[in-house]
Amino acid sequence: MLARAPLRVAPASPSRDADRPSSRLTKSQKLELYYYMRLTRSLEERLVNLYRQTKVVGGLFRSLGQEADAVGSAFALDRTLGDILSPLIRNLGSMLVQGATPLEILRQYMAKGDSPTRGRELNIHFGDLARGFVGQISHLGDLVPVMTGITLSFKLRKQPRVGLVYIGDGATSTGAFHEGTNLAAVQRCPLVIVMENNGYAYSTPTAKQTAVKELKDKALAYGVPGVQADGNDVLAVYDVTKRAVERARRGDGVTLIELITYRRKGHAEHDNQSYVPDGEIEWWEKNNDPVDRYVRVLLEQEQVERAELERIDARVQQEIDAATDEAERSAPPEPMDALVGVLADPPSVAPLWYREGVASAVEGSERPASWGTFDD
Amino acid sequence: MTEVTYLEAIRQALFEEMERDPNVFILGEDIGAYGGAFKVTDGLLAKFGEQRVIDTPISEAGIVGAAAGAAHMGMRPVVEMQFIDFISCAYDMLTNYVATARYRAMLPCPMVVRGPSGGYVRGGPFHSQNPEAAFLHTPGLKIVAPATAADAKGLLKAAIRDDDPVLFFEHKYLYRRIKEEMPSGDHVVPIGKARTAREGKDLSIITYGATVWKALEAAEQLEKEDGVRAEVIDLRSLLPMDDEAILATVKKTSRVMIVHEDTRTGGVAGELTARINERGFEWLDAPVLRVTAADVPLPYAPTLEDYVLPQTADVVTVARRLAGY
Repeated sequence: MLARAPLRVAPASPSRDADRPSSRLTKSQKLELYYYMRLTRSLEERLVNLYRQTKVVGGLFRSLGQEADAVGSAFALDRTLGDILSPLIRNLGSMLVQGATPLEILRQYMAKGDSPTRGRELNIHFGDLARGFVGQISHLGDLVPVMTGITLSFKLRKQPRVGLVYIGDGATSTGAFHEGTNLAAVQRCPLVIVMENNGYAYSTPTAKQTAVKELKDKALAYGVPGVQADGNDVLAVYDVTKRAVERARRGDGVTLIELITYRRKGHAEHDNQSYVPDGEIEWWEKNNDPVDRYVRVLLEQEQVERAELERIDARVQQEIDAATDEAERSAPPEPMDALVGVLADPPSVAPLWYREGVASAVEGSERPASWGTFDD
Repeated sequence: MTEVTYLEAIRQALFEEMERDPNVFILGEDIGAYGGAFKVTDGLLAKFGEQRVIDTPISEAGIVGAAAGAAHMGMRPVVEMQFIDFISCAYDMLTNYVATARYRAMLPCPMVVRGPSGGYVRGGPFHSQNPEAAFLHTPGLKIVAPATAADAKGLLKAAIRDDDPVLFFEHKYLYRRIKEEMPSGDHVVPIGKARTAREGKDLSIITYGATVWKALEAAEQLEKEDGVRAEVIDLRSLLPMDDEAILATVKKTSRVMIVHEDTRTGGVAGELTARINERGFEWLDAPVLRVTAADVPLPYAPTLEDYVLPQTADVVTVARRLAGY
């Protein structure tokens, strides 16, 4: 028996009504969903190995158990129309759907000079407007107003584009979330706000984060629809998001979506999850793993052959192996690149006088005893 | 030609830039139908419509964040803070998100946050602030603080055209108290260039904003009563600072004082003094002196406010000390 009841688990088999948007997905699209979920999980597993080899310079953040929510929601956007999303730290899958590559992720985690941020930012904090994703910052909630502004520009320019922003259960407590959601609602911006309720913000359970029973009820305060779905059912995630995206594209404004999921790993790799009741993680792993569930759906309801899934698994492994080899060959950034690009004009900050003519501040490299290494 | 007030000059800049570039739009609290608390944006809604003149909820962080998002998409938002005191509500968004966007994410963020700053108006602790020092410390921002109507117009136009975020601190005391003829044509004043408000050879008063006028008044008095010819440098831009202009006046007079309306500790004068110390020490004949507000929240009562803020007599007193070294 569990020490206490686990998070409410949404029904495993939502109604299979014919007008579910996912019923219009082709078989190859459904396999794509599987590919992105598998890629997310396997890429993070590779990152764990690299982290243990100290090749990941900073902290490592996992989305184990949440792959369906990131992949299914991002898949509901239309990349051909230029939709844009802003991920959080557990939405690697959404970035992969938008076209981020394993090579970029690996270089970014390993602080390489040819990483998307040239070694300036950590982990999956990067973006590419052309491919439709905006990098987050660590100040949670801030990307809600930013995505409000991005979707406001869609509205002002009469473009048929939609934005999607993720927010965790914890960050729904921030002022930025409130201000951005409220402004987007008032302006009827084409914005979909996905609230991922994974049970914990670092160590704080959702019950200590908010007194509302269900995050979707927060929608009442903004005069917008609040809907909920099983975040571990990738097709249910796709359905609920697709409907909200279509609604936004029609000009009907913001939808708040609550996805019920569960964070099986700690806040970051160093977190030993001592605050989690005994048996809770194991329960979710055994009974509600999003990849396992989707495999069953594909095999039992979609007539997919197991061999087809194995071929995808092999392709994923091959892509990650190739990307790892390539990323490991990349060089770290040149130290003086640190001074470039704060402003457009001047394009570079002048070196401090005692650093003039100095190419590097230290001999070799030191790994500081920083956060991300503590584990007892 | 008619003379234009400092406030009208700001409105002209907004009007001209919105006419010139369809990507420019403005957003803020009560700026549309009401025309803004000080009427800076009066008439812009009628001219440009509610798509480009957006009345917002009371959400400084939300508005600044939304401006950043729109700026990423190639728009040129201008945010009004109803009073610049409220910019502190958007401090996180400005310093963590906006200021770092280009550097950490290669995402341009061309936007302006403007609003009425400053005291001498009996506004009390929350309608009189000078927040420049809080942002001077943040790489990735530009800060301007015009003292004249022509500079208000020309610097705002430059700010809107700048490819990086600019904080535009206009002084509410000057809104309707000063006016001048506007230079003709497309009047743009480059960011980062100081102005010599008055030539002098005996000592230098470096300042910006409303205290430029206090310094000019003091310089007049010093010349008349002491025969001391003070040079007054109006910085106009605080980020980036015009180091060349600062060093030039140091070399010219060898006696420098800094005047600002903001409080003393951690103020702009400290940074200026450090720069002069590092690059101009050999040229100095006297220590760099400061005239600033006292280190207290700005009080409401006229007797209190006048006591706290720098006055012309203070500038004269300190200038005499400086000249006597």
